[in-house]
Amino acid sequence: MRLVVCLKQVPDASEVKIDPIKGTMVRAGVPSIANPYDMHALEEALRLKDKYGARVSILTMGPPQATDVIKRAVSLGADDGVLLSDRAFAGSDTLATSYILAQAIRKMGEEEPVDVVLCGKMAIDGDTAQVGPGIGSRLDCAVTTYVVGVRSLDKDKKTLVVERRLERGVEVVEADMPVLLTVNKEANEIRYAALPALIESIKYEVPVWTAGDVQLDLAQCGLKGSPTQVKKIFPPPQKDIETVMVTDTISDPAQIAKLLVDKIEEAGMLA
Amino acid sequence: MSKPAVWILIEQNDGVIADVSWELMGKGRELADDLGGEVAGILVGHNVKDQAKEAYYYGADKVYVIDDPTLEYYRTQAYAHAIADIAKKHKPEVFLMAATSLGRDLSGAIATPLGAGLTADCTVLEIDPETKLLHQTRPAFGGNIMATIYCQTARPQMASVRPRLLPIPERDETRTGTIIEETTSLTEADIKTRRVEFIPDEGATVNIEDAECVIAGGRGVGNAENLKVIEELAAVLGGTVGCSRPLVDAGILPHAHQVGMSGHTIRPKLYIGAGISGAIHHVVGMEGADLTIVINKDPDAALLKVADYGVVGNLFDIIPAITKEIKSRKGV
Repeated sequence: MRLVVCLKQVPDASEVKIDPIKGTMVRAGVPSIANPYDMHALEEALRLKDKYGARVSILTMGPPQATDVIKRAVSLGADDGVLLSDRAFAGSDTLATSYILAQAIRKMGEEEPVDVVLCGKMAIDGDTAQVGPGIGSRLDCAVTTYVVGVRSLDKDKKTLVVERRLERGVEVVEADMPVLLTVNKEANEIRYAALPALIESIKYEVPVWTAGDVQLDLAQCGLKGSPTQVKKIFPPPQKDIETVMVTDTISDPAQIAKLLVDKIEEAGMLA
Repeated sequence: MSKPAVWILIEQNDGVIADVSWELMGKGRELADDLGGEVAGILVGHNVKDQAKEAYYYGADKVYVIDDPTLEYYRTQAYAHAIADIAKKHKPEVFLMAATSLGRDLSGAIATPLGAGLTADCTVLEIDPETKLLHQTRPAFGGNIMATIYCQTARPQMASVRPRLLPIPERDETRTGTIIEETTSLTEADIKTRRVEFIPDEGATVNIEDAECVIAGGRGVGNAENLKVIEELAAVLGGTVGCSRPLVDAGILPHAHQVGMSGHTIRPKLYIGAGISGAIHHVVGMEGADLTIVINKDPDAALLKVADYGVVGNLFDIIPAITKEIKSRKGV
């Protein structure tokens, strides 16, 4: 059985800010991490490997230094990985990204057929959750999103049963393989690497595929292949509100409470 | 040339139409008027046709209905195929969906066969008066940055919008429109997933998105024991307990109570926030509140800046005092 995990290297979103004067994104000094949702997808793949036996391959698109996240995955138990790296991929939006990744998965499948593709629910730098279903559409395979656990897998029937977290409950779905899953954080706890595996992974030489290595129509990649364009970026607006600072004039909690309850009553909330 | 069309996905679960569909319909009407075009609702499911007229009441001119047993419950492949096919046929200018589990999944799956540009989780949608392009503004990088996105040539211009961000337009039963029935080309044998069962959440009675009054606690609450003061105030106000993310991460409250980017968007008449610093992740979920009261011991807490009434102080002094005052006014 062959599992492919799409693993993205992302800037640590909590550290990204806008330069208030230039209006550009300040990325300098922002650390790169493996997208947390994708790490849960990896963990889910490793659990399937432990239980049913499988080869787990990592697929990452990004700059040369993104090999770091593949090495980390290998230290945790992934068997191999590929970095997709080419200037032609720069500026890809979700449409172009799903195209490049789907083509790469097809190529990986030429060597050994892929049964399950696992993606994180979304990436923390974009928060879109669009790429997973997009890859699924392109591969024309079964898609189940927001997976919080794989209940069972039948290697002979080539099906698996997953639980999906939705707004008002959990949906249990049976899917034919090949299938693409997007995985929620609640699915599992990510394991730690053993020290020998960690040291071993540093030596792993990550194969790099450029646009020429994958069958790609360059018009569908990078900025050229991305219909969405950014008009402008700006800091989040502050709500324009005249805040009445109650404590500027009153300090006794009982008096503060009286004033606030007056306002609550005026709003009709004491009826 | 036909009029530019704005399409709105009418999201239904087990035949019940989600309110967000009408929120989007209101926005769709506005965008269509700016474009000099028409609004169409897209209603997909099984035995749902009777509900199509609701779409007119909220502003639709047309409703495309695809009614088929294979579409009884949401499946990515089945819905994406059916809807992408009719979109290829009728070529809408704009296509909006809710940023719900279903809408995010479906929009991603449809955008690829259409080659469309798609922007997730928009907070502002407007037609640029000069170019007539849809300007789509959304938070990125966990809300630290806002970006305005547009699509020059690819159509439709697709966007998802989170529930409860927009008001539901007034329902007008005198409005009418046309139903256009379409079909899907997939049969059950073509569809590669099947629902085994659906397990509704226990305690699904917590529906913070519809609450008129939300009393929210954050990191400043500290622990489960301390949450009592929040719960007591919620009880006397008949409100719902909400929280920011740290309380969910700490296992003090389930996700159903979380307000904000990775939680729920609320539009209550009254919001009281205590011990919440006011990271933008939380603020985007509560800024639609009518009356906002914020209590924080840190005078620099960002949430105080979005409050109508701010209190710098200890929530364990102030909240019980409010509870006591309400009890005495209610005579209990």
